[in-house]
Amino acid sequence: MLRELTPQVLGTVVRRFRDFAAAEDAVQEALLAAATQWPDEGVPGNPRAWLTQVAFRRMADRMRSESARRRREDEMALEASRAANAATAIDAAPEEDDTLVLLFMCCHPALTAASAIALTLRAVGGLTTAEIARAFLVPEATMAQRISRARQCIQDSGIPFQLPTKAEQGRRLTAVLHVLYLIFNEGYTSSGGPRLQRVEMSREAIRLMRSLCNRLPDEAEVAGLLALMLLTDARRMARTNGEGDLIPLNQQDRALWDRRQIAEGLALISAALPKGPAGPYQLQAAVAAVHDEAARAEDTDWPQILALYDLLGRMADNPMVALNHAIAAAMVNGPTRGLELLDKLSTDARVGDHHRFHAVRAHLLEMAGDRDGAIKHYRAAAGKTGSLPERNYLLMQAARLSSERHETPAARAEKAEGI
Amino acid sequence: MKYILMMNADKRNFDAYAKWSKEDLQRNVAFMRAFNKELRDAGVFVATEGLGAPNEAKSVRAGGDGEPITDGVFPESKEFLAGYWIIDVESPEQAYNIAARASSAPGPGGTPGSMPIEVRRVLGGFADLGL
Repeated sequence: MLRELTPQVLGTVVRRFRDFAAAEDAVQEALLAAATQWPDEGVPGNPRAWLTQVAFRRMADRMRSESARRRREDEMALEASRAANAATAIDAAPEEDDTLVLLFMCCHPALTAASAIALTLRAVGGLTTAEIARAFLVPEATMAQRISRARQCIQDSGIPFQLPTKAEQGRRLTAVLHVLYLIFNEGYTSSGGPRLQRVEMSREAIRLMRSLCNRLPDEAEVAGLLALMLLTDARRMARTNGEGDLIPLNQQDRALWDRRQIAEGLALISAALPKGPAGPYQLQAAVAAVHDEAARAEDTDWPQILALYDLLGRMADNPMVALNHAIAAAMVNGPTRGLELLDKLSTDARVGDHHRFHAVRAHLLEMAGDRDGAIKHYRAAAGKTGSLPERNYLLMQAARLSSERHETPAARAEKAEGI
Repeated sequence: MKYILMMNADKRNFDAYAKWSKEDLQRNVAFMRAFNKELRDAGVFVATEGLGAPNEAKSVRAGGDGEPITDGVFPESKEFLAGYWIIDVESPEQAYNIAARASSAPGPGGTPGSMPIEVRRVLGGFADLGL
């Protein structure tokens, strides 16, 4: 419950006092007070009003001591006292908006991605700095510094604490969705196993997306991104084995997929798509849905995936989309067609030497029966990936093809017959 | 993305370092302290360690019975790791800039040492290949 309340209370305090760092401290003190008092005295009837009032008082104390130090009457201190007294009268509606404003503030385009992620998890997600640091595998002091720099950046920029104007909202919502998408990926790119805490990042992203979806039910791209997260995360248990080795989509044990999450994602995307021209998150969610709906890999409706990537490709010049488009084309029209599309991409500096480009080319060359070419590109991909499980997987693919090449035809025939 | 910045030096450099003047050593140590603080303040610091002198270095292999076989005689030209930093940054370029800053650590007489810093990616988890 405290996790849900924290951003609501923080939003209210920031709106009132316009000092982000001080407001966070005050809310922390209020949470601490709740943790010590509630177990003995019981949870108050309106916990949010209780927390808000304590935080307001802390802000008032702070202002008073500062103004005393400066030996001048501070209007803000009076305002704070009045606010503290009025805090009991807090009702539900504006706080909902305050959380939304807080999210828009933390995902401001002026911040670097790393700062926006850290600040969002801290202020809106209500995670502790230690939890965020663990998830990103950096020391707590490093994460504390990142968060404090991000707060300072917001303070210095003078971003007003209010919902962006209608004209501005679209652009800002894009930034918010991007940050939540990155938080999700941070958890999802972990290899599972001992890094369980990173999985929590994905859960947190989904939780924040759900709350955003409740507040902006008419934004189809918000529903689209939530659907994309659910439909992707549903495959988590199947995408690695117990040792953390990568298992590609077509070899996953689909019985391990999370059916409930898939059902929720499908319902969301089915409701969102008819609302108007589909944005990129909705289209990616639709692709994930097609994969998730196939009982076996060979049942995958590749023509539909190809059509979706066609649409995505027309929407923006994105080389990663072009890569996925080439895979879908290969699955529908054969590897030669996919390889032709890859040839066109090979001169694109953004992707032509990327590990995924080599991995896809290797895969399609293998499909086409060019074993030597496939080995070469699997190895090239392995040399360029930034991921250890992926490097192991790619080297294994090259080794598998290489050992097949060295087998005599007789040995291969024996193997094929299962001798 | 995480990178490791490795400061390598051959045995002669280590021997020469041991003979630096007090002022030179102080300047170098002060630089390293300030540099580490910069990394912390920038929110990119992950870890750093300095390593012992190579005269103590041993190369160890397992013998046939699993017992250690040690060898401590290395050619003069062999490069040893003197120390490393691990940083968490947003781009390779940011890692190169930080490495250049490390390389500018003052040498004898206060002139930049220009020690070569080897920059390598630290491998992490994986996204889906889409295959």
